[in-house]
Amino acid sequence: MIGLTTSDPLIQVSGLRKAYGTTLVLDGVDLVVRPGEAVGLLGPNGAGKTTLLKILATVARPARGTATIAGHDCAREAERVRGVVGLLAHGTHLYDDLTALENLTFWTRFAGRRPDPDALRAVLAEVELDDCAEARVRTFSAGMKRRLSLARLLLGQPRVLLLDEPFSSLDQRARKWVEHYLEGFTAGGGAILMATHALGRELDVATRLVILANGRIILDAPRGALGADEIHRLYALHTEEAS
Amino acid sequence: MSFARRTFAVVWKDVVVERRSKETVTAVLFFSVLLLFVFEFTLGGDRDRLTGVLPGLLWLAVLLAGLLGLGRSFVLERDNDCWEALLLTPGDKGAVYVGKLLGNLLLMGLVEVIVLALFTLFMNVDVARAMPGLLLVLLLGTLGIAAVGTLFGAMTAHVRARELLFPVLLLPVLVPVLLAIVKSTDALLAGQPLGSVDHWLKLLVAADVIYVVAGLLTFDVLLEG
Amino acid sequence: MTRWLGIVALVAVVAGLVMSFGVAPRELTQGNVQRIMYVHVPAVWVAYLAFFVVLGASVAYLWSREPGADRAAHAAAEVGVVFLGVNIATGAIWGKPTWGTWWTWDARLTSVAVVFVIFIGYLLVRRMTDDPERGARFAAVVGIVGALNVPLVHFSVYWWRTLHQPPTFMKPGPSAAPASIRAALLVNFAALLLLGAYFIAKRYTLLRAEQEAAA
Repeated sequence: MIGLTTSDPLIQVSGLRKAYGTTLVLDGVDLVVRPGEAVGLLGPNGAGKTTLLKILATVARPARGTATIAGHDCAREAERVRGVVGLLAHGTHLYDDLTALENLTFWTRFAGRRPDPDALRAVLAEVELDDCAEARVRTFSAGMKRRLSLARLLLGQPRVLLLDEPFSSLDQRARKWVEHYLEGFTAGGGAILMATHALGRELDVATRLVILANGRIILDAPRGALGADEIHRLYALHTEEAS
Repeated sequence: MSFARRTFAVVWKDVVVERRSKETVTAVLFFSVLLLFVFEFTLGGDRDRLTGVLPGLLWLAVLLAGLLGLGRSFVLERDNDCWEALLLTPGDKGAVYVGKLLGNLLLMGLVEVIVLALFTLFMNVDVARAMPGLLLVLLLGTLGIAAVGTLFGAMTAHVRARELLFPVLLLPVLVPVLLAIVKSTDALLAGQPLGSVDHWLKLLVAADVIYVVAGLLTFDVLLEG
Repeated sequence: MTRWLGIVALVAVVAGLVMSFGVAPRELTQGNVQRIMYVHVPAVWVAYLAFFVVLGASVAYLWSREPGADRAAHAAAEVGVVFLGVNIATGAIWGKPTWGTWWTWDARLTSVAVVFVIFIGYLLVRRMTDDPERGARFAAVVGIVGALNVPLVHFSVYWWRTLHQPPTFMKPGPSAAPASIRAALLVNFAALLLLGAYFIAKRYTLLRAEQEAAA
């Protein structure tokens, strides 16, 4: 990495365009996210939220424009980006037939590191799954799987978290837990880009709100400046406008 | 070395998952036994004709059973989007290819042992006479089948008509390997010395090298979303 | 530019026909049917050259991700498959009066059929993948493995007993065919090569137009 200071943007997107076949999904997106920021990415289905996350995660390539994470180009320096980014998406990235501990052991080994059972158990304790270490993931609830997925991500010590609907199918207790964890992450200097449909208390995590519609960003404002009603109104207005 | 550790991780994971789910191995082994019955019913009437085609039948059984297993090697990764996590973990993705390849070699080895045992018992084939040359042919041939099978298995895991496309892609590419192993097995079972199939062995080695290198170089591209 | 290529190809094809029917001698035992060899043999050479282009373009595509490389591979594969189809069909037409059968499982015919199916698989992969960019990547891998496989298939030929004419142009040593036959073959080879190149160029332009219309 070329001499980044703590205030240099961790996510930088410029003129991003992406089409799947004949459908234009992203049509010129610009976005900057700095350390300590948690950006809530809102928008109707098909607006391109998941595509944007996939490009930043290096799963997909843009047709035009650039996306960089911590100064590295997502398309050309994918491996470097993968070392600093964590993606929490629809799939849990867990093997249902392995236990929680075995999952962490596999992913640690696959990342090229020697797994230390004690350290891994400590990680499980942090996400309150230490008493389920020997249980198969198949038996876990959605909330437990989400916590384990997060634990797996954090093993790699990422600087950026890309989240796609992190609160979906979670009960109240699990939601609070995830919120708390994400707040800790940004407090430690990480950046979060979180796509979500939820407009309620879950947005408390976000420091900034961005609305993506028809492949373009049509609103980018600090969340503190907007009250809950305001958010609902703006969202309805802009997404109706767009559709 | 990190590559070795990562490869081992993939093999270990697949073995543990397979041991617990028992999906692939059971189906493949059961299928091999069924094939034996099918061969006996369709060709068993004329003992001499059967003896003549035995090397071909042996490898047909291995291939058909292998097709089942090889096609499934990446289906596991589709669950929960694990293939995505494999892609996103930094490091040479070739370790996934080699890991899956080793797992497939284990699977095919198991199938071969079972098929050979069944043929020795039920079809009265004298395998011992062809050893250890036959072992060499088995190793080289299986490596070729598994190398392409793993590569195409990764590709077709994401395609809708996987069960159709996988054999359609795999079988024509494997023709040289098949010719080599059937002809070699034929000669060795007939009691000929290993030197007489030297050219086939060389072909197998060339094929193995080409396929594994091509696999290592192009695998990354298949894992991308 | 493509049009000139087409015109030159047309001239060469006419020249090839003249050579096949006018200049080359009538074969003693097989009669005029043997003249179909002047299309049959060059067709397989052009097809294999096309598959060589598929190999190069596929590698180039995986390296650079340039859509042009993918289009070149696609076009070359289609043309290669067509020319192999011509080879198989003309072989059958030749085979019926000469051997009394449309098809045999002799090694040469079988190896051409195998390569034919391999590259049909190449075209199928594209068709059966939803995302065209992914289909292009997958096809490139199949193209590379398939093309590298061709020499392996070719060598499996030599080690099988065959009833096909022994290949007079691929074996080392002096060629057995007389000069006028060689000349006719070469002219037809040039003609089919130019025709193949013309088809590839035409197909490439068509593919580019399709892709640009969709974007």
